[in-house]
Amino acid sequence: MYGLIAAEAAIFTIFVVAYLFYVGKSLVGPLPNEVLHAPVFLTICLLSSSLTIHRAVAALRRARMRTFELWWAFTIALGAVFLGGTAREWHHLIYDQGLTIRTNLFGTSYYSLVGLHAFHVTVGLLGLLTVLLLGLGGRVGQEHTERLDVLSLYWHFVDAVWIVVFTVVYVIGR
Amino acid sequence: MTTASIPWMQSDVARRPLVERLHDWVTTVDHKRLGILYVVYALVLLVVAGIEAAIMRIQLMAPHNDFVSPQVFNRMFTMHGTTMIFFVAMPLVFGFANYLVPLMIGARDMAFPRLNAFSFWLTAFGGVLLHFSFLGGSGLYGAGTAPDVGWFAYAPLTAKTFSPGHSTDYWTLALLVSGFGSIGTAINILTTILCLRCPGMTLGRMPLFAWLSLTMAGLVILAVSPLSAAQMMLLVDRYLGGHFFDTQAGGSAVIWMHFFWVFGHPEVYVLVIPAFAVVSEIIPVFSRKPIFGYPVMVAATVCIGFISMSVWAHHMFTVGMSPAANGFFVLSTMAIAVPTGIKIFNWLATMWGGTIQFRTPMLFCTGFLFQFLIGGLTGVMLACAPFDWQLGGSYFLVAHFHYVIVGAILFALFGGFYYWFPKVSGRMCSETLGKLHFWLFLIGFHLTFDCMHVPGILGMPRRIYTYEPGRGWDAWNLWVTIGVVFQGLGTLVFVGNLVWSYFEGDRAGSDPWDAWTLEWSTESPPPVYNFAALPVVRSRRPLWDLKHPEDPDWKYEQ
Repeated sequence: MYGLIAAEAAIFTIFVVAYLFYVGKSLVGPLPNEVLHAPVFLTICLLSSSLTIHRAVAALRRARMRTFELWWAFTIALGAVFLGGTAREWHHLIYDQGLTIRTNLFGTSYYSLVGLHAFHVTVGLLGLLTVLLLGLGGRVGQEHTERLDVLSLYWHFVDAVWIVVFTVVYVIGR
Repeated sequence: MTTASIPWMQSDVARRPLVERLHDWVTTVDHKRLGILYVVYALVLLVVAGIEAAIMRIQLMAPHNDFVSPQVFNRMFTMHGTTMIFFVAMPLVFGFANYLVPLMIGARDMAFPRLNAFSFWLTAFGGVLLHFSFLGGSGLYGAGTAPDVGWFAYAPLTAKTFSPGHSTDYWTLALLVSGFGSIGTAINILTTILCLRCPGMTLGRMPLFAWLSLTMAGLVILAVSPLSAAQMMLLVDRYLGGHFFDTQAGGSAVIWMHFFWVFGHPEVYVLVIPAFAVVSEIIPVFSRKPIFGYPVMVAATVCIGFISMSVWAHHMFTVGMSPAANGFFVLSTMAIAVPTGIKIFNWLATMWGGTIQFRTPMLFCTGFLFQFLIGGLTGVMLACAPFDWQLGGSYFLVAHFHYVIVGAILFALFGGFYYWFPKVSGRMCSETLGKLHFWLFLIGFHLTFDCMHVPGILGMPRRIYTYEPGRGWDAWNLWVTIGVVFQGLGTLVFVGNLVWSYFEGDRAGSDPWDAWTLEWSTESPPPVYNFAALPVVRSRRPLWDLKHPEDPDWKYEQ
């Protein structure tokens, strides 16, 4: 998993470099400072999901299944809120502001970087959901702690990437 | 150390129908079978890409030749480069690592056998996708067939405007797919080496082959991922109308170069480090001495791995960068010659005073040493930015990197073929045919690539499909093409040797070379489970300890 994370980190690095390189290079609007608003609430949701997944795995380690399932479901809910928020933001950008991936360089690099991250959140959510369904079916037990540790490592990575993306897109890029 | 395993003979088992045996190969997750699949796949595409090279050489044999059209010529050099790097060299080094690493570190398989199979099939279908472009590339537009944008596909050539049709899409998708395969295999090799070593096999006792494979896997993870990211951006540009590399909308063509070469230069080391690995196993065995300076070899390799991540823009001197950037990349590129030089001296010191046996594997490794030295020296020449401005786009550069890729990497891997063929097949290769192969290929190689330097210095640019007579290039180009004939003959002898030896060669026994690493403690070919009981290792040469209980290595090693 660390190997995969290293590879993923390299991929994100390239997209981040491209985003930073193209900041302020767009020839036509809309520009980031006109249309972007920092999604603070969504960021809090996503980052706190790291805490909840940690609590979930810790509960599983002590074989407290009910607590595990609750924290796990809460993690999924937080992730889903984040994804829904991104969808709303994109809808607003596309239909109200007229910014699409072809509009300008900002659009191209913004949708690629945030989209790549959202794709990783989606993959993570599918993984989490699978575990939840298996857990509700009684197929997840204490012996799976190690495997879920790996999944939670991935989820932490996705959260950490969001910190970088947030800084680059909503702080530096504006 | 225990190496007992249950005797198992092919003849004990009734031969099963062909369909069932093929089915076994397609669905296999065994690291040895996947290793063989990788290598056989690479050999088939080696012939394909070799034919593409031969077509280019026939075209350039004489001035104003019209053997192929300029368009076909462009497709040939694109397909030749892409195929050789991604679908010949990469599968070859992965095949060797796949087959040998678990055997050398005393493991029963790779860490993730199914991921291993998945990665192989991704790589395999990537190659199929690339070559399918010959049929499907024109798509709906009736334009071009195979990709013709060069193996590094500089923007804006890859934009929809300049590459209509789907040929460039085949190129980028093939590289994306096989890139994911490479990353999967690299993660697998990394995990296997870090987690599955047998008892006593500390990192300090690992065979150099395993150490170098570890470095290679780390480089693949850090180098191929940026390439995948760049391919995703290219797809966004081509399919979604993005502007990453679109200079009309403020995008940058130069940033594609940076992204490509951030992958492209470490890639050279991804390929050459396994060649070092093969040489580091063969030279000690045929010099009858342990490797000279093991810790320094490991340190130099890891050092090369790190420095190779910071030299990429020496491919871009001719693009025109700032003096500061030029200075940095000149110095870092020259710095990488230092650990490389250390390795060459260590191999020489291993041979020095040894009882050298010039069997076929050793012949190829000796050729490797000489040619890698020259390829490295022209590399240092090209690392000087002013020199590179003069010759960077010329045939001198083409000669330089073929010296490294053919003269060093391919020679070392040929040596590896002859060295491990007895282990894989249970039969010895023919020495006579092996030596014939070596000499034919050596003569052909030097004819082609020594002569190629000169027209470069005389000003012949790369990628031209023909040239004017009377510029002093004619005779040199003819010699280059004549060399190709010898290399082709050598390759035929090689393939013939493999096939003949597989059916008719002498039985090899488990340890024909009197070697010292763990793979030679198993039968030839090794059983599916590799080791019935996991071996226990006490030194860097476990088999020496086993054969010489009165004077084992572990008495002297710290």
